Amino acid sequence: MPISYDLGLKPTTLERDAAHEDRWTLNFGPQHPATHTTLRLVLELEGERVIGCTPDIGFLHSGFEKLGEHLDYNQYVVIVERMNYICPISNDIAWHMAVEKLFGIDITPRCKALRTILAELGRIQDHLLCVGCTGLDLGGFTAFLYGFNERETINDLIEEISGSRFHPSYTRLGGLAQDAPPGWTDKVLDFVRNGVPPALRDVETLLLRNRIFIERTKGIGVIGHDDAINWSLTGPVARGSGVKRDLRKDEPYLCYADNWDGQGATAVDFKVPITYGGDVFARFLVRLEEVRQACRIIEQVVAMLPEGPINVGLDENLTLPNKQEVYYSIEGLIHHFEQVMTNRGWTPPIGEAYFANETANGELGYYVVSDGGRFPWRARTRPPSFINYQVFPKLLVGHQISDVPAVLNSLNIIAAELDR
Amino acid sequence: MSTADTIHAMQERFPDLHLAALPLVTYADGRTSDQLWMRVPAERLLAVAKFLRDDPRTKFEQLCDLTCVDYLGYPGAEDRFGVIYALVSLTHGHRLWLKVFVNDPQPEVPSVTSLWRGAEWPEREVYDMFGVRFTGHPDLRRILLPQNFTAYPLRKDYPLTGQGEREDFEVVTRETA
Repeated sequence: MPISYDLGLKPTTLERDAAHEDRWTLNFGPQHPATHTTLRLVLELEGERVIGCTPDIGFLHSGFEKLGEHLDYNQYVVIVERMNYICPISNDIAWHMAVEKLFGIDITPRCKALRTILAELGRIQDHLLCVGCTGLDLGGFTAFLYGFNERETINDLIEEISGSRFHPSYTRLGGLAQDAPPGWTDKVLDFVRNGVPPALRDVETLLLRNRIFIERTKGIGVIGHDDAINWSLTGPVARGSGVKRDLRKDEPYLCYADNWDGQGATAVDFKVPITYGGDVFARFLVRLEEVRQACRIIEQVVAMLPEGPINVGLDENLTLPNKQEVYYSIEGLIHHFEQVMTNRGWTPPIGEAYFANETANGELGYYVVSDGGRFPWRARTRPPSFINYQVFPKLLVGHQISDVPAVLNSLNIIAAELDR
Repeated sequence: MSTADTIHAMQERFPDLHLAALPLVTYADGRTSDQLWMRVPAERLLAVAKFLRDDPRTKFEQLCDLTCVDYLGYPGAEDRFGVIYALVSLTHGHRLWLKVFVNDPQPEVPSVTSLWRGAEWPEREVYDMFGVRFTGHPDLRRILLPQNFTAYPLRKDYPLTGQGEREDFEVVTRETA
């Protein structure tokens, strides 16, 4: 029997209930501009009011976690950043932090600082899109363009440091692919000082005192504090409901931790915005403020960016050697082959490790299981989109059909991460 | 309240289970990871989980993640599937991993959706990918794969390239749509 995608979820368009004149069942997606990506909803309507919603996901399932068991610890980074492609660099960092936890290595201060800058750039990248899309989904196209414009600069910055605009694959086990080029940090500083603030001001001027926007976001898609915890929500969605939880503060890593350079440096100073409304507007405000705080973090880290190596464990065969060495010295070449040949490579301990980063969407963690071989035994992603999305039907019931895109966007669902 | 107190509280409450907290990984130089896991038998899972969620000394309010690992052929493994519950306490700020081991032919674990609503989709995903059934789950259907898919792809005996399902998909043409 052929495999079909017929879920028994009818209809494929719009259907009227024979018994109740006002009851309709509407198919929404999988290809619909307001879903942004590929996901399907079957909505039960009473007039224009949503009384039931069944999400149907899996259209982008590509077996990433299975692939992870057949790629080595550096190769899989190419796959993980295709999960949340809105801020791919955050995925890279989270994956390699988990692998480093498994290997038990501590990376160099310069690498930590560069990763912090990139993680915050990723956060800005994601939030700018999400904040802009909040306007877009409610019919205001301009805010979206202001946000998207600045994302281009981030893509340029990431291209300059990694060689690739969109999918950088920049992190490596124990470090980074290469050091930042000279003058890169000045461009980053210029961007967070002169690029982001005007764009944020524009978005705020357009939306924050706009009566239509506020009436369409306030009180829509509400979830309370206790429910948010019980439904495993993390990130801006949880913080919009008053949950005081940010892994950067609660389980500090990189430059968010004190003494990150081993010489007594203090953690970067920033505030975690919390709002208590629990609605679309509250989540919007959290994201706006997080962009500001991310700019603050980047400014501080750039100011105290330490010099020194970016990779650790070169002698223990943990990190790939610098390409300069590989191409121009025989020792470097041997070192490189020792690392990449199929019968050689890493010998991680037999065991398991979990590490989570506070990314733009929430807690992005990887649970890595190793059997001592070159490949992970299991590379589980804790995908914030997937876990946040399960609360969606609950948020929607009782609202109008025109609120569906607003609520969907406020959860910031990335379907590639949802389905993996 | 440290993680050690949490574990002590559990051992006090469930003396018959002989709960022991082990580090998730031991490094080559003898250091151990600060992340601890505990083995819980499937039939007592709900009682242990409820205690962990509600007791003021443990207070694991959030189920951060629920996943499964197929230990078929893993060095030193005795059981096949390990269902892993990653718990987070927001009050005390610590984590604990529970592992429930189940075996073929009928891998079954009680569902924890009655305690943590956030377990609903992760449990469906584990069912979809590993075929571990969760008794008491409100809506245990496949979530990512088509409903009439028969295999469980994240099992270790499932090949990377699939078992020919790719050729078996329904083809929709302009005429038949």
